[in-house]
This record gives sequence, structure tokens and C-alpha cells, in this order.
Amino acid sequence: MGLEIYLDLFSQPCRSVYIFAKKNNIPFEFKKISLMAGEHYNEDFGKVSAWRKVPAIKDGDFCLCESVAIMMYLVEKYNTPDNWYPADLQKRARVNEYLSWQHSAMRPHGSKMFWLKLMIPKVMGVEVPQEKMDAAIEDLNGSLKLIEENFLQDKPFIAGDQISLADLVAIVEMMQPVGAGLDVFEKRPKLSAWRDRVRDAIGSELFDEAHQGILSAQEMAKTMDGSKLQHFKPKILKTFL
Amino acid sequence: MALELYLDLHSQPCRSVYIFAKLANIPFEFKAVDLSSGENYGEGFGKVSILRKVPVLKDEAFILTESTAILQYLAKKYSTPDHWYPADMQKRARVDEYLSWQHTNIRPHGSKVFWFRGVLPVVTGAPVPKEKMDSAMEDLNTSLKLFEEKFLQDKPFIIGDQISLADLVAIVEVMQPFGTGLDVFEGRPTLKAWMDRVKKEIGVELFDEAHNIIMNVALLPQTFENKGLPDALKMRIMKMFN
Repeated sequence: MGLEIYLDLFSQPCRSVYIFAKKNNIPFEFKKISLMAGEHYNEDFGKVSAWRKVPAIKDGDFCLCESVAIMMYLVEKYNTPDNWYPADLQKRARVNEYLSWQHSAMRPHGSKMFWLKLMIPKVMGVEVPQEKMDAAIEDLNGSLKLIEENFLQDKPFIAGDQISLADLVAIVEMMQPVGAGLDVFEKRPKLSAWRDRVRDAIGSELFDEAHQGILSAQEMAKTMDGSKLQHFKPKILKTFL
Repeated sequence: MALELYLDLHSQPCRSVYIFAKLANIPFEFKAVDLSSGENYGEGFGKVSILRKVPVLKDEAFILTESTAILQYLAKKYSTPDHWYPADMQKRARVDEYLSWQHTNIRPHGSKVFWFRGVLPVVTGAPVPKEKMDSAMEDLNTSLKLFEEKFLQDKPFIIGDQISLADLVAIVEVMQPFGTGLDVFEGRPTLKAWMDRVKKEIGVELFDEAHNIIMNVALLPQTFENKGLPDALKMRIMKMFN
């Protein structure tokens, strides 16, 4: 049995794993888990991912969660080109540094915009108070600023001259608020230029394919039946409201 | 010039880096950063890192933040024993998996309980509202449960028979709420047995030395009274409440 990768391309970490596997021609079976339909609560999926999150992989008997860990495993197993996760000590450290920092910065701040602008109004039937929206935008701006000033600086990519896991993980997170209707690249020429470079390095076809779902999220939201999304309510109440 | 580590042992990720460096006999200069006075927001520290967080590693001109990145860097540079960050693909993946998961689970939940029990009441002069405290405790309990059931299971350490970076990063986070007098080990024999094992592997003396500050967090009120409360801390507290 080959490598199975459990994915929902609405999820940022799923997109980075998907893009990475495709880009490196890693053979795998795409096991779709629809988060909207609550499929991550299925019994079978619970055997692969104990905390019911995507992405997850099943390689023979070996199950692994966490996109960062998954990509590092794939790097090692499939001997991918060095630039993704450089052997050079300091370059690798730069990648590790970004992959660590983003968990509590870019990732939650970008995610939150998607929830506040699209999911909460749909699930709860209410618009989020402007105050909360402004605070969330402020946090997101803070993260984007740090990415430009601390992680990118005047380099083409985060680790230097070539794309790495860090850029991949960064770009998928930035696309989340874009999908919700907030263009994070507007008025940010440096970030836009970096985005273009990353998209080129990945390949525009693959990049666009991976982001097709999230970029049509606003359209989808118009026709989605909020009553079918009530399984998100506890998370929303606890996390955002 | 020797390796510099910018640390405040109130901070969990500083403790894991400190313990690892000491255990591996890595020579370094301890550059103290006083978080309670907002030193990390000062001009001096700003020249080290604009992310304004500790720990930070400075190796000649090379500056590195984020404890997990620092630990991986040190493990490689100083060729520490394999079990800390195994070469075996699947064992290493298990370490990576934990180091990733913990960022959004045990780390923030343990931190929050520490702030709610140990810092906010001191600063605001009143206990945190019950609803907020209960919610924070619920999150911590969920994380600890997942930790026991999914990461530890019936193994001596997270990845198996030997201690790794995963256990080190886990223990310092578990100790944070513990420092406020909350016995996270009560009713959790698996967790307690694991903690004892980890403490023994690290060495009781080094473990206790690293945790001395957090176990004496009751001294914080005096600290704030003497130095006043830095603005950045006030802002952070306000954000936590909302």
C-alpha cells in the first residue's frame, strides 16, 4: 500500500503538503477529508489522526500529523532537492526558525480573517463586531510586517536565493485571508514580488490548482447552507466570540 | 567569541534551551533578559532581534530565534547524542510532530494558566473571572489528556525508550502552570511517572536550577511593585483578557 495523504485544500497546511508532494513527484493517494462536512470526525480518520486534524499521512503502518513534520519526513524519505530543507546548518536553521514562528503568528492571524469574514457570519448568522475585525486586521498586519522586515528582508526567499519549506508554508497562510476577500498583497510591493517568485518556483499551474478552492470561498459562502455547518459552533464560540 | 544565549528563565522555551546547552556541555555566555521589566522591548535587545522574544542565539554574526530551531541547530552543530534528535526517519518525525503540535496546544494553554494564576491577579489586584479561568483550565486539561493518550501512551518517553528534544520541550511547558501552585500531576500518574523519568535523565540538580525562578513565582508581586509595570506588559495583558 502506498503513501496516503489526508487533505482538505481549504486548509492551509494541507495546501503546503499537497504542493510539496506534487512538485517533487511524490506518488500518493489523495484521501479527501471534507472539513465543511465534518468528515474529520469520522471513526476511520480518527485512527489516522488522533486529534482529528488535517493534513495527516499514512505510510504503511506509520501515521503522522502536523504539516511541518510531514514535509520534513517527505524531504528525508524522497530525497528532495536540497533547497527545500537545506543541509547547510545556518540555512536550515532559518527555515526551522520561520516554521516555528509562524505557528503563533502568521498562521492564526491569517486564519482568523477567514473565520471572521466568512465562516462566522455563515455559521452564526451574525456579522463580527467591527472592533474585533479591526483587532484581527491589526494582528495580521503585524505578522506581515515582521515577515517582510525580519524574515525576508532584502532576500529573494526566506532562506536566501532559493525557495524552501519556509516560503511554501508562508504563502499558503497568506492566501487564506485573500480567499476571504482581504488582499494582503495590496500596497505591499515587496511581498507581492516575493509571492510572484514563489508562485513561479512552485509553478503557476500547481499553485493555482491548489488554491482554486480557497479563492472561490467567497462565492461558495453565498450558496452554503449555514445549518449544515453547526458543528463549527463550539470552536467559534470558544476561539473567537 | 563564545556562543551567546539570550535568556530569561521565567520563559519555558528559554529553559529548554538552557537545559539542553548545559546537558550537552555547550560553552555559552548567558545573556540575561529581564522580561518583567520589558527589557525585550528596549533598544538594546532590538538590535539582537526585532521579534522581541527570547530565547535568542547569537553565534558570531549568526542570530537565531525560536527555541525549537535553536535546539535543532545546537544538536547538529555540537553532534549531541542521537537520541535527542534521532537520525532514524520515523523517530525524528515523531519529535518533529510533537515540536509542531505543542505550539498551539500545551504551550499556549499552560502559559495562559500561568498568566491567569500567577501574573494577572498581581497586576490587576483581583483574581481572573471564574468563567475565563475555567475555560483556560479546560484547554489545559484537554492538552494534557492528549499528551498522555496520544504522545506518551505507554512509552517511557515521547518517541520510545529514550529522552529526546520532544520531552525537553514538553516538560518545561508542563512546569509553567505547576510553578503557580497548580498540581498538574495530581490524578495523572502517567504524567507524573514521565516527569520523574525526564527529571532523572536531565539530572535533578540542573532541572531544579533551571526551574528555580518559576517555582518561586510568588515573588512576582514584589518585582512589579519595585519596578512598576512596563507598558508592553500592560498591553499584552489587555489582549489576553479580550
